[in-house]
Order: sequence, then C-alpha cells, then structure tokens
Amino acid sequence: MPDAPGLELIAQGIEEGRQGTVVGTAFEHDRATLIVNPDGVLHALQWLRDTPEQGYRFLSSLHAADYLPATPRFAVHYELLCRERVERINVKALLEDPAAGDGGNGAAPQEKLPEIDSCLALYPTAEFHEREAYDFFGIVFKGHPDLRRILMPEDYVGWPQRRDFPIGGEPVLFTHNEIEAPRWFE
Amino acid sequence: MLRGDLEGRDLDEYVEERLLTTTLENALNWGRANSLFPLTFGLACCGIEMMSMVTSRYDIARFGAEAFRASPRQADMIILSGRVSIKMAPVVRRVYDQILEPKWVIAMGACSSSGGMFANYAVVQGADKFMPVDIHIPGCPPRPEALLHGFNKLQRLVRGQPDLGWRQRYNAVGTEEWARFESGEPTPAAIERAALAVAPKHSEAGPRGTVIPGETERNA
Repeated sequence: MPDAPGLELIAQGIEEGRQGTVVGTAFEHDRATLIVNPDGVLHALQWLRDTPEQGYRFLSSLHAADYLPATPRFAVHYELLCRERVERINVKALLEDPAAGDGGNGAAPQEKLPEIDSCLALYPTAEFHEREAYDFFGIVFKGHPDLRRILMPEDYVGWPQRRDFPIGGEPVLFTHNEIEAPRWFE
Repeated sequence: MLRGDLEGRDLDEYVEERLLTTTLENALNWGRANSLFPLTFGLACCGIEMMSMVTSRYDIARFGAEAFRASPRQADMIILSGRVSIKMAPVVRRVYDQILEPKWVIAMGACSSSGGMFANYAVVQGADKFMPVDIHIPGCPPRPEALLHGFNKLQRLVRGQPDLGWRQRYNAVGTEEWARFESGEPTPAAIERAALAVAPKHSEAGPRGTVIPGETERNA
C-alpha cells in the first residue's frame, strides 16, 4: 500500500504523462485512492501497470457504485494489486449521469447511459467485471467486445442496483391491515 | 385349502381372515403414497435441511421416500427447497414439466412460498406463480421435522384423504375473509373484530375468549 506521500508521487507521475488525468487523491483507512477523469482512466491504468517501479499488473476487482444525490452520480472503481510488493491501490473514475433530471426509475434508456472506456486491452480479466457493472448499473464500457447482461435475465429491463430502482417485492397483507384493502382476497 | 382341506363355514372364515377388498384406485394410491421418490434438487439453504431429512436421525426412509432420484423422469415429486430467482424459474418449471404424471410439489420454507425476506428485483415472490404447489411448509428454514410433517400431509393427499383445514376441524366454516364482507365494504362486525385483533390485551375488549358481537349471529 503506498502511503500518502507515495500516492501524491503516483498522481504526479500520471499527471506528467497526460495533463488533467488525476482529479484528486484520497487516503483513508490506509487505503490509497486515485480519483481520475473518466477520459484518462486508461492512461492512469496503463501508467500504473507499465511503470517498472509501480507494477500494478493485477486487476483484483472492477466494480461500479451509485452515489445518487451526489454529482457526478456514478463511479467505476478499479482495485489494482502489485503482487511483488503486495500493495494495492484504488482508481476511481467519476461519471456524470446523462439521464439526470429525467426522473428515471432505474430504467434509463440505452442511449442515455454513462460511458467509459473499457480496460479490456490492459486487463483481460475485466471482461466479466465490466459486464456485471453494465448489468447492474447500466454503465457502458466503450470497446468491450461483448457487452451484454451477465447475471440478470437477458430480457430484463432496468438497472437494478441503481439507487432509484424500485425495491420490488409485493405488499403483504397481515391481519391488522387487511380491512384497509376491501376484497383483497379476490 | 386348494386341495379341499376346508369346507363350508370354515372355508368362509379362512377367506375372510386373509383377504381385503378395496378399490383399485385406493390400492394404487396407497402404493404411490408410500413410495414417493423426490427429485434431487436443492435450491438454497433449505436444501441442507432437506438433505438432513434423509439421514438416519430423521430418516425419511420410514415413509418410503429415501430414494432421491437424480432424473426428473424417475421422480414423483419435487421439493422446492429455497428461493427461486427470476432466472431460475424457467429451469424449475422445465424440470417440473419433465416429471411424469402423477406429480406433486412441496414448497419448503418462506422463500418458495412467498418470496420470504427476499422482496427484491431478483426473486420470484412465491413459486406458485409459475407452477402448481400442493403443500406449503412455513419456516426459515423449516426444521426437518416440519418437512416430514409436510411430507406426511402430502402422503395423505396422495391417498385421496387430504387433511381437513383448520376451519373444518374447529367448526369455523363461515368465518372466511370473504364471509365478513357483503358489498366490498367491511361489515361493522369485521371492523370490530379487526380492532380487537390489534388491541392490546389489557384493553376494554375483555379477556381472550370474549364473544365478539356479530359472531353468534353468523354461526347461528
């Protein structure tokens, strides 16, 4: 795990290669996080992977998150691991919601989904991870060869892990509230 | 006997002691009920309880159902032991369709009966939405004893003598929900009964067992 100064050095190194890539850094609970611009996420990942003294050559997890009232709304998290030094670093790309203000209920149409570059060329293991993030959050990974649902049924409508997705289930009638629903038994 | 050792009244008694007459249907159902082969099919954590039902501690072999068949074509019944996700539902339905008639279904536990705690986007809210279910067993998960109890109920169903519901046993026919209503609106008696049901025990409603107004007229 890089310490806080080490994280700043990494941010500086990435910035030297491509200006405006790193938006910020966060170091909490001994976990280092680089917050990057979604346009520059591939540059940041490639720098972390190919710079000899970094060597984060293993993508241990790729997942998405929805921070609904906040903007930017979505984030894609890349958890990288350097196996030689057993060090981890998180890369977080914040994504705006193109369907913001539409009053969506977790079922944004295909043309209004947030987009980010696929990191499949750098980390082949990301293929299923990106499909899962697409399946649950509706985040489109540009350049993914086979971006379709992986866990939910193929004909499912909506992005179920989004915060504005309806929880689902059915209302349950108990003895105490059944008189509020006349003729519920039919 | 065949050689003519017995004659007359002795012969009649001998035959009476050794023969039992019944209908073919009864005999067939008796055989079916005592050799129900469940399908080897565990859906979730309830499956663990279903497996322990086969062990010597609970021993479903006492009821002739220890032979879990790995093929639906050899099975007589399926125990839905756990939650059914939306993606699993077509698979379960296909497996059920492959079981030969006659076939029976036990929905084991809260999840396969009603969705249970999984009121979310991924789980079917009750397996009877897509296939017929004969017995529902409550519990989360039900103990193996509860599953055996449900299985015994199923056996009685197979024999053509299903257990009476509690309304029949307690002579409470006529107290169904639909009988409380007349025109879509709850009757005053139903409202009063519902108010009693949610009232704290120390209220003015009186101790349990108080005659509820409206009850006597209906039963009379």
